[in-house]
Amino acid sequence: MCLGIPGEVVAVDEERPDLATVAVSGVKRKINVGLLSDDPPAPGDWVLIHVGFALSKIDEAEAKAELNFIAGLGQSYEDELAALRDSRIE
Amino acid sequence: MRFVDEFRDAEKARGLAAKIASLCEPGRHYKFMEVCGGHTHTIYKHGIEDYLPENIQLVHGPGCPVCVIPMGRVDDAIHIASQPEVLMTSFGDMMRVPGSGGNFFDSNADGTNIRMVYSPLDSLKIARQNPDQHVVFMAIGFETTTPSTAMTLLRARQEGIENFSVFCNHVTIIPAIKAILDSPDLRLDGFIGPGHVSTVIGCRPYEFIAGDYHKPVVVSGFEPLDILQSIYQLLVQLREGRCEVENQYARVVPWQGNTVALKVIAQTMALRPYFEWRGLGFISHSAMRLRDEFAAYDAERIFAMPGVRVADPKACQCGEVLKGVLKPWECKVFGTACTPETPIGTCMVSPEGACAAYYNYGRFTRTRIREASAHERV
Repeated sequence: MCLGIPGEVVAVDEERPDLATVAVSGVKRKINVGLLSDDPPAPGDWVLIHVGFALSKIDEAEAKAELNFIAGLGQSYEDELAALRDSRIE
Repeated sequence: MRFVDEFRDAEKARGLAAKIASLCEPGRHYKFMEVCGGHTHTIYKHGIEDYLPENIQLVHGPGCPVCVIPMGRVDDAIHIASQPEVLMTSFGDMMRVPGSGGNFFDSNADGTNIRMVYSPLDSLKIARQNPDQHVVFMAIGFETTTPSTAMTLLRARQEGIENFSVFCNHVTIIPAIKAILDSPDLRLDGFIGPGHVSTVIGCRPYEFIAGDYHKPVVVSGFEPLDILQSIYQLLVQLREGRCEVENQYARVVPWQGNTVALKVIAQTMALRPYFEWRGLGFISHSAMRLRDEFAAYDAERIFAMPGVRVADPKACQCGEVLKGVLKPWECKVFGTACTPETPIGTCMVSPEGACAAYYNYGRFTRTRIREASAHERV
C-alpha cells in the first residue's frame, strides 16, 4: 500500500489520457496516470504504482531496485500482485 | 552475509559501515528513528543493525498505515457495513485488523459484505455494477494512498455516481512525527525520512524538524545501502553541527513532491481538528476528512456511527512499539499469543508493521541471543 510497485507503461489510452496500460511482473493492467499530468508518461517509461495510481516516474534501474525490494516482501508482494491481477480500473 | 547473496554489495556496505563507525563519538549514544514501515522491513530483513556500532540504535516509527488505525474505527466500519444494502470495500491489509468484536473476516461470517480491492477505482467500478447497493470504500493510509482516494472522489462526482461513498481514515505523517518529538518518552538524534510518502509531500514539510527541533532528517530509499548511506549522512550532519533536511532518495523523490497529488487532496479533503491513532492517542490536525462539497460522498455523514473509543487489549503494547519506546520482542505477547496468523495488535498484521517484520525474519531470536550472551558476560 505504502510501498509502490514499479510498472512499465505499455500504452496510453487515447480516449482517456488519464489511463494507461502497464506491465508489472508479466501482468498487464490499466492504471490511472492522472497524478502525473504535469509530465505524462509515454510507452517505455517506468512508473511507481500505488493502489492503481502512478505517483512518480522512475528510470529502469530504479524500477529493478524497487522490484527487488518489494519482491523481497514475499507473501505480501504475491498478495499485491494477485490484487492487481483482479483489478479492473476504468 | 546476505548482502553478498542478494545485492553483491557487501564491500560497499562494509565500507559504509566503517565510515559510520569512524563518525561515532566514543561514549555517545545515537538514536535514529526510521519513520516508514518499509524501512523497518529492510532493516530486519538484511540485518542492518549488525552493520552498525553498538552505540547506534534504530527506533521504529509509526509509519505503518494499518497499524495506526484504532479499534474504534474498525468497529465503526463494521457498523456501517452492517447497514442494509451496504457493500464495503477496503485494501487487503485492512481485513485482518482486529476491532473489539473481531476483524472484517469475522464480520463477513456474521453476514456483512466487506470486499478486498486493489484500488479505490475498483470500488467505484463495483458501485457502477451494483446500482441497488451503496458501496462504501474504507479509505486508509498516509499520503501515498490519499491522492488516489481524492482522484476517485473527483471521478465519482464527474460521473454522477450516487451509490458510492468514502469512510475516510487517511492520516498525515507530519503531526505524528511532531507528537513523537514532543513526547517525553524518547530522545531522538535524527530521522530517516519516509521514501514513498515523500514522493507526494516532498521534503519541505520536514524542515520544522531541523529548524525547530534541531534534528537532522535524511529522506531515504529502501535498499540496504540506501539506509546505511542515510545513517552516514545523519552522522555527518551531527559531526558538523548541522541540522538539515537531505534527500538521499532524489532519484525518486522530487524536493517539491507531487504537486498534482497535493492539489487534488486539497480540493477534496481538509484536516480534521484531531484524530485518534492507535497507541499514540489523539493527535491534532493529523487526519483528513472530506470537504463539505463532497458531503454526499462522506460515509461519516451518511451513516450514524457509534464513534466509541475502544481501548487496546491490555496485553498488547503496539502503542509503545509505534512510538519507538519498545522493541517488538519486548512486548509480552510477541511471538506467543500474538503472531502474524493470530495477531492481537496491528503491528503484527501488516507486513509494514515492525512486529511482523521482526517475526518474519527471526531477528528477535538473534537479538535475544545477543543480549542473553551479553548478560552472561556480565
